[in-house]
Amino acid sequence: MEIGLAHYLVVAAIMFVLGVFGIFLNRKNVIVILMSIELMLLAVNINLVAFSVYLHDLVGQVFAMFVLTVAAAEAAIGLAILVVYFRNRGNIAVTDINQMKG
Amino acid sequence: MNAPFPALSPALPEIFLVLCGFALLLYGVFRGDRSTRSVGYLAVLALVITARLVIGGADGRAVTFEGLYVVDSFARFMKVLVLLGSAFSILIARGYLERENMKRPEFAVLIVLATFGMLMMISANDLISLYVGLETQSLALYVVAAMRRDNAKSSEAGLKYFLLGALSSGMLLYGASLVYGFSGTTNFDGVARLLMQGNHPSVGLVAGLVFVAAGLAFKVSAVPFHMWTPDVYEGAPTPITAFFAVAPKVAAVALFVRVLVGPFGEMVGEWRQIIYFCSVASMLLGSFAAINQHNIKRLMAYSSIGHIGYALVGLAAGTEEGVRGVLIYMAIYVFMNVGAFAVILSMRQKGRMVEEIADLGGLSRRQPMLAAAMAVFMFSMAGIPPMAGFFGKLYVFLAAIQAQLYVLAVLGVLTSVVGAFYYLRIIKVMYFDQPAPAFDGPVEFEVSAVLTVTGLFTLLFFVFPSPILSAAARAAAALVAG
Repeated sequence: MEIGLAHYLVVAAIMFVLGVFGIFLNRKNVIVILMSIELMLLAVNINLVAFSVYLHDLVGQVFAMFVLTVAAAEAAIGLAILVVYFRNRGNIAVTDINQMKG
Repeated sequence: MNAPFPALSPALPEIFLVLCGFALLLYGVFRGDRSTRSVGYLAVLALVITARLVIGGADGRAVTFEGLYVVDSFARFMKVLVLLGSAFSILIARGYLERENMKRPEFAVLIVLATFGMLMMISANDLISLYVGLETQSLALYVVAAMRRDNAKSSEAGLKYFLLGALSSGMLLYGASLVYGFSGTTNFDGVARLLMQGNHPSVGLVAGLVFVAAGLAFKVSAVPFHMWTPDVYEGAPTPITAFFAVAPKVAAVALFVRVLVGPFGEMVGEWRQIIYFCSVASMLLGSFAAINQHNIKRLMAYSSIGHIGYALVGLAAGTEEGVRGVLIYMAIYVFMNVGAFAVILSMRQKGRMVEEIADLGGLSRRQPMLAAAMAVFMFSMAGIPPMAGFFGKLYVFLAAIQAQLYVLAVLGVLTSVVGAFYYLRIIKVMYFDQPAPAFDGPVEFEVSAVLTVTGLFTLLFFVFPSPILSAAARAAAALVAG
């Protein structure tokens, strides 16, 4: 069986959905959410590279490079905020992020 | 491939602003915390000069950087609004930073860099520049929300904003990848050309559009993607909340309008349903959920969700009049919100910030000018003529009626009646309730200056509406025709 565009798109879609579910169903800690966000962005990259090859157009791969770069910056800032949060609260359990509601 | 060196002059304001940001960062780092005040003023100066460069730029539409970047009347209008909002926020923050032991020059630097990201968003003409601009803005905003490192609420606000913001960027990006795959280009003009040729949009393109719209709805905090707004507004330091309420909102609305009306203009039938739903839900939630709030920053969060709902009424119309309505609405929104937050920043008792609506009790007897200014902003937000807010609502509803969206216009009017309840309640508290303990000291110079400017604008808009109306009309025409 030849592996075509549709297979890549399905894999990417599954990864993306896993990432979204990881964010919403996760009750443990925030690091898992950060990992889920990375999973979503990587799913997008698979999509972009698959389309790029399918369309014989390099723009998709350039876009994927940008996504990788921004994802790295985003992870750095996310971890920094998480460290600040941990210093104030002493834990990073998702269920404890509830000082404000209403 | 030997591409010629791109023309830089259309992007002059952005280049100037980002260089100023770096220079201010260096200056702030070398001088240390003492430089907070001077960095703040220099940042305001840089923003004002950038606004001057934006206004002074060549007329008409210019595309550069291989089609990644566009500047037209629409971009210029929105950029000036964003720059004004950022400059006002830095000005009113000065006293707060000094009192609350937050004297750090990076505050103004981060706002300048976030503003740079917003300018790039507004001028994006390609999915790549859209994404990079959006993230440049967002990364600075996440940090700014968590600026008070020793405060649990502020760091929680930063964390929530980061997590939900990253989720929304992910959705937007997934949509962008689908749009790229099914249209074969990331360029807005390319997508528009493809759809203009009468090609029926494929299912993949529609799915991509839905994801992109969801991601953008997150950034403008339209229901059902609003859940971060009240928490972030309450937790972030007040001047930063003021900034969040104006500049990023305006930039995100600009991007929303540009993406939907520009490349996807031919698919208005598809996206109108999404915007219609978001608009109705935002107006309803904005008016009903705010009724029970006692924290004024939370109330402003719900109020801003409601305002976005009204602005989206104009976008749902999808016509030139609709876009003009959105532009006028956002212009008035910036002035009203900056003013209201300037009043909130003056709310401190015995050296501490207070945020309860009850703390405003009897303000009219203690500080009549402050109470009068707040009353003007509240009347304006409620949409009571002759305040500016009335005209904002008038033009979006007018556009909705011209586009035969009668139900939307009627719902908008009804929810603004409900919304009037909580705006008027604040006025009642200020003028008729038992006095609460007095607020500290005189209002600082910057805050009173900003209050005067925004208050006079809101109050006297009906006397000289034509500059804004004609600028908005030109901007809308440029976008819809372009």
